[in-house]
Amino acid sequence: MRLRAMPMLTLALLLGPVLAGLVGTLAPAFGILPVIGRVEPGVDAFRALLAWPGLPGAVWLSMVTGLGATVISLVIVMLLVACWSGTRSFAAFRRALSPLLSVPHAAAAFGLAFLVAPSGLVVRLLSPWATGWTQPPDLLIVQDPAGLSLMAGLVVKEVPFLLLMTLAALGQADAVRAETVARSLGHDRPAAWLKAVFPRVYAQIRLPVLVVLAFSMTVVDVALILGPNTPPTLAVQVVRWMNAPDLAMRLQAAAAATLQLALVVAALGLWCLGERVVAWLGRAWIWSGARRAGGAITAALSLALAGSAALTVLAGLGVLAIWSFAGFWRFPSPWPDAMTLGNWVRHWPGVAEALGTTIGISALSTFLALVLAIGCLEAEHRHALRLRARGQWLLYLPLLAPQVAFLPGVQTWMLMLGVKGGVGAVVAAHVIFVFPYVFLSLGDPFRAWDARQATIAHSLGAGPDRVLWAVRLPMLLAPLLTAAAVGFAVSVGQYLPTLLIGGGRVQTVTTEAVALAAGGDRRAIAVWAIVQTGLALLPFALAVGLPRLVWCNRRGLLHG
Amino acid sequence: MDEPGLILQDLRVTLSGKPMLRLSAHVAPGQVVSVMGPSGAGKSTLLGAVMGTLSPPFAVSGRILLDGRDLAALPVEARQIGILFQDPLLFPHLSVGSNLAFGLPRALRGAARRAAVEKALADVGLNGFASRDPATLSGGQKLRVALMRTLLAAPCALLLDEPFSSLDADRRAQIRSLVFERARAAGLPVLMVTHDPADAQAAGGLVIKLD
Amino acid sequence: MLKRMIATLAMVPALAWAEPDPADWNAVLKEARGQTVYWNAWGGSTTTNDFIAWVGQRVTEEFGVTLEHVKLSNTGDAVSRVLAEKQAGQDSGGAIDLIWINGPNFAAMKEADLLFGPFAEQLPNWALVDVEGKPVRADFTVPTDGMESPWATAQVVFMYDTADMEPLEDMDALLGWAKDNPGRFTYPQPPDFLGTTFLKQALYGVLDDTAPLLVPVEQADYDAVTAPLWDFLDQLTPHLWRQGRAYPQTGPRQIQLLADDEISLAISFSPGEASTAIAKHQLPDTVRTFVPGGGSIANASFVAIPYNASAKTGAMVVADFLLSPQVQARALDPAHLGYGTVLDVAALPEAERALFNEVDLGIATLSPEALGPALPEPHPSWMTRIEADWIDRYGVTR
Repeated sequence: MRLRAMPMLTLALLLGPVLAGLVGTLAPAFGILPVIGRVEPGVDAFRALLAWPGLPGAVWLSMVTGLGATVISLVIVMLLVACWSGTRSFAAFRRALSPLLSVPHAAAAFGLAFLVAPSGLVVRLLSPWATGWTQPPDLLIVQDPAGLSLMAGLVVKEVPFLLLMTLAALGQADAVRAETVARSLGHDRPAAWLKAVFPRVYAQIRLPVLVVLAFSMTVVDVALILGPNTPPTLAVQVVRWMNAPDLAMRLQAAAAATLQLALVVAALGLWCLGERVVAWLGRAWIWSGARRAGGAITAALSLALAGSAALTVLAGLGVLAIWSFAGFWRFPSPWPDAMTLGNWVRHWPGVAEALGTTIGISALSTFLALVLAIGCLEAEHRHALRLRARGQWLLYLPLLAPQVAFLPGVQTWMLMLGVKGGVGAVVAAHVIFVFPYVFLSLGDPFRAWDARQATIAHSLGAGPDRVLWAVRLPMLLAPLLTAAAVGFAVSVGQYLPTLLIGGGRVQTVTTEAVALAAGGDRRAIAVWAIVQTGLALLPFALAVGLPRLVWCNRRGLLHG
Repeated sequence: MDEPGLILQDLRVTLSGKPMLRLSAHVAPGQVVSVMGPSGAGKSTLLGAVMGTLSPPFAVSGRILLDGRDLAALPVEARQIGILFQDPLLFPHLSVGSNLAFGLPRALRGAARRAAVEKALADVGLNGFASRDPATLSGGQKLRVALMRTLLAAPCALLLDEPFSSLDADRRAQIRSLVFERARAAGLPVLMVTHDPADAQAAGGLVIKLD
Repeated sequence: MLKRMIATLAMVPALAWAEPDPADWNAVLKEARGQTVYWNAWGGSTTTNDFIAWVGQRVTEEFGVTLEHVKLSNTGDAVSRVLAEKQAGQDSGGAIDLIWINGPNFAAMKEADLLFGPFAEQLPNWALVDVEGKPVRADFTVPTDGMESPWATAQVVFMYDTADMEPLEDMDALLGWAKDNPGRFTYPQPPDFLGTTFLKQALYGVLDDTAPLLVPVEQADYDAVTAPLWDFLDQLTPHLWRQGRAYPQTGPRQIQLLADDEISLAISFSPGEASTAIAKHQLPDTVRTFVPGGGSIANASFVAIPYNASAKTGAMVVADFLLSPQVQARALDPAHLGYGTVLDVAALPEAERALFNEVDLGIATLSPEALGPALPEPHPSWMTRIEADWIDRYGVTR
């Protein structure tokens, strides 16, 4: 039966390019790059890499910002859920979640930079009346050498992501009852949650947390905007060396990409070690019988942190919106000297063209990912296949492997096999990154669907296909659309895959925006970032609105 | 060999080789056989085996015959066995009428199809409910719709999986007699799993105890 | 848009044509009609993007050539791409048809035989080029050999805010001013080409004998020649914006700092850039430009065609069009681009000369006379070496 082969086929489609790409990167790292006449294996590239004086700093930065952003995001989310789940403030976060999630990383980073830079909105609002500054202070806030602003930029985007994953996990952890029992035994809210619910929830969100870690360590666009440059993070340096005019630098870039891969593996290992330490400490804490975890203070703190993360993104978008209409805007005016439609008029033709391409690519890759995901899940259902823990890891591999480490290798392979880089190839590449998110988003509701519905439909004479099309999928319309929206937003945000696999010929809103970021025309950046955000946000609005429209007469489907 | 009714001949179910259930029974048309036993005794496993919804690591041996047909090789949808669960499980995205029409033979078209649905509703006192959203029905109403949905598909046997346990005491008796009455009228062999002795008593047929 | 996607998907692999001959220009024009030229050009400046979009419109109207601007964040991307294609044996039907290039990127591609040509000096409009007066036959001292075609000239100027300061005479004055006004000056971080240009300009400013810069670095006493530069930078760095612990990544980002009043002084490689930015509300109208007393570095921007380009004739048509007086005059206009011309304006026919004379150079643009002497770019090997040294010394904060 063809459906039975679906999971294997999907894994091959996802992992084939990743593994091939890694090989294509490892070869030049060890000195093999035939086009410049290097065919002798060797470790010269690593020697050159070690001689780079920025290496310790870059490695340190990657580790610290990656681990730091992950720990901070996780702590904020866990405390927020521990203290506030089920309350009205929490419901507000829930509602803000989809918009926050869909804001592309680059747009959020720009927003943050426009807010907190010495000439940013915050200082403008306080100057000169409170600060006495008539010129921006010479303070190193954005792109600080310690990577604090980079970490902040990552945290504001990872908090919504982890919160979403946690919400999904809560349902399966029987959280409400477990917490009630623990509170009835005398624990305050955070203590009850942390002791009774956290271990189960964490087991569910562990892989997403590791994805956040790997992503934070290797992200390029956010690090370009908010990260330091003396030296930059290792991932940024890899891209710099890859772009160096001296072709021999490709070897060093490949060596650095290999090191980056090793660093990610090491950080993941370190994290797992940390998990054990935390588990041990946690067991000791539970055994000790302590029933307080700072109740009100923890609650206030977590709300403040999560609230500022959300507000930062939203305020950042606000500043971007203002900049997109700004004429000249002198310091320290809190408002532009003049407002103009000129920026939009000027950039609209380019925006419109890129919009069309982006929508086409994202819609197609999301559709393909959905087909694969439904195929896998349905095969799982019909043939009682189970994705074991190992399978889950494989699914996450494209998200865990640093893009800078395998995409250049994929590009080389594609060319060797004579595959044209074009829209088709870009769609295929996007599916690799879109599928895991679609699958994860759809998997739980798909599996949670009451299989007795299928038994009943079968007993009424319906074959498997009719059950899928006439019962299961319509009932799962809302999660299907949510998965599609997630997939679409992920696809819209892809930078490196579009650039490298498209051979630079495929221009999406994101590649255009990041290319502009190299410039620094704030008005142009603002226009593109707003468009990018709107494009990612629209499907979420549809995902919320469509089921309400379609099922307006079906109360049984609207509770969600 | 084509004795009417549902016959379980030395039915055995194992889970990863471990025996779960062993049973022989004959349910004649119009008769209700009750299966009782504590949780974990294999009641749902039995229903799964008869429906054909068990998949590895479950293994089923022995024979299941329905009106002389061996069901072993047939998928769920070809077995012609109706089932009522504890929850009515009406399809929430379809109207009451569409739920009823879901299992109607395709040969029934147009006005005849609509008439069959209307008649089924009238039979259980739900005239004019065809366009209703199932979510707006009471528990008893839902169960009645579920029953008629099952019967409209013209099954050759009926399985009941604790179908009355979600109802309060006085409604339970009423619905129970409705179900038995309808099944008997249609001449269906009925296999009922329950933990309520009152159900088994009302059924009046053979009681099999699992342990 | 959908149509375009389908067209791209359906694109048939380019057949291996015989190499086009620019000497037979009519044949070139004929073959070019209907071609799509992918011009890989730095996309970090909306001003240049708009200009390229205009060129695209015009070549479609006049020659039936479709121009797609592939916006790069770094020209090295294009070099890498061609390299990867060669590595994969894709010797025709490549993804890139035209590259905006100069300096080390050109030297690297020429060295690795990644370029098509020679074609530049057979283009019809080459006759109008000021071969004597403009640096169009050598790119950072590397002979172009017709492998790239010039389309604009550039010369270093400094943009300064008249609200904060007066023009500075030389590098000593700059150092003194920076000490008095800490945090008010910075330059793009090398290896950004503009940042490296500042280093070279500074090198010219601190050297008495600049002759060694014009030969490969291996033939000079590198340490001795550059010692005054490092001495100058050691003194300057603590007084830079953010004490030199961070630098703007690109020229436009540096301009944004000037607009935000974070700095008062910035380097530019385009005499008209300040005027253009003022016209587009990107700089306050108090900004003006100056050049240091000893003159400033000048070079030319070129376009080159990869050896495996899919649309070589179309690319040549674009390259030739870029040399036409109408394009050159528009490029000169700060309202559009503000780039210097490569043509010998004085030798043009009256009507075309008028196109240039009509251009309003803008309030912040120096007249050609006031721009002062043009200094040649040092040999690219200097750039590479100084860049690497800078990164070692200042690129990593200790």
